[in-house]
Amino acid sequence: MRFRFTSTPIDIIAGQRELKDLGAGGFVSFEGWVRDLNEGLEVTRLEYEAFQELALKEGERIVAEALRRFPVKHALCIHRVGNLDLGELAVWVAVSSAHRGEAFDACRFIIDEVKHRVPIWKKEHYRNGDSGWVNCERCAAAPEHAHGDAHSGAHS
Amino acid sequence: MQLKIQYYALLREQAGRSEEILETTLRTPAELYAELAQRYRFTLSREQLKVAVNSEFSDWARTLSAGDAVVFIPPVAGG
Repeated sequence: MRFRFTSTPIDIIAGQRELKDLGAGGFVSFEGWVRDLNEGLEVTRLEYEAFQELALKEGERIVAEALRRFPVKHALCIHRVGNLDLGELAVWVAVSSAHRGEAFDACRFIIDEVKHRVPIWKKEHYRNGDSGWVNCERCAAAPEHAHGDAHSGAHS
Repeated sequence: MQLKIQYYALLREQAGRSEEILETTLRTPAELYAELAQRYRFTLSREQLKVAVNSEFSDWARTLSAGDAVVFIPPVAGG
């Protein structure tokens, strides 16, 4: 599986080992970290939730597309699910390649596509006690539901 | 026919459940979302969502079959 989820910290040393290749002269990785500020609100922690059956398929398709589009050796993407604290590693993308240029390009392609296509959702918890699903709340039609219901069923 | 509906993220919280078995005569994901959005007062419009049937992306006009598993997919935010 070149795209996978983990509910425990991402083991980047083990990940790097999977990308080892004597034909690879370059290795590029992207790390997405939990940030303390989003759109002006102080964030205290995050929850990631995924529709895993479909997310795994779509993530695998993205990595396969990257390997077709760019002449790289290996690629891997690991995404956290569950509760994350500030500063934690939320997503790790890595590519090994003969040369650096295509490794940067493939890494960028994978993280961009994952963000747009894979059914993963992020709930931010804010310093002010509020919380919200990123990309879902502020565009919602009825603001009275946007945050009020958000505290009830978070961990089911 | 019976359908299995699974809810994630904001829709899970607004529906107050992760999944349910629904007995329905509705034929398409579009009709199904319209009914469920009214029942649970979902704040997301259909235009903001994608839909999956049996763990694969689907057209909103697809004809549903008995036993299908339907998932409405809110705007994603991975990474």
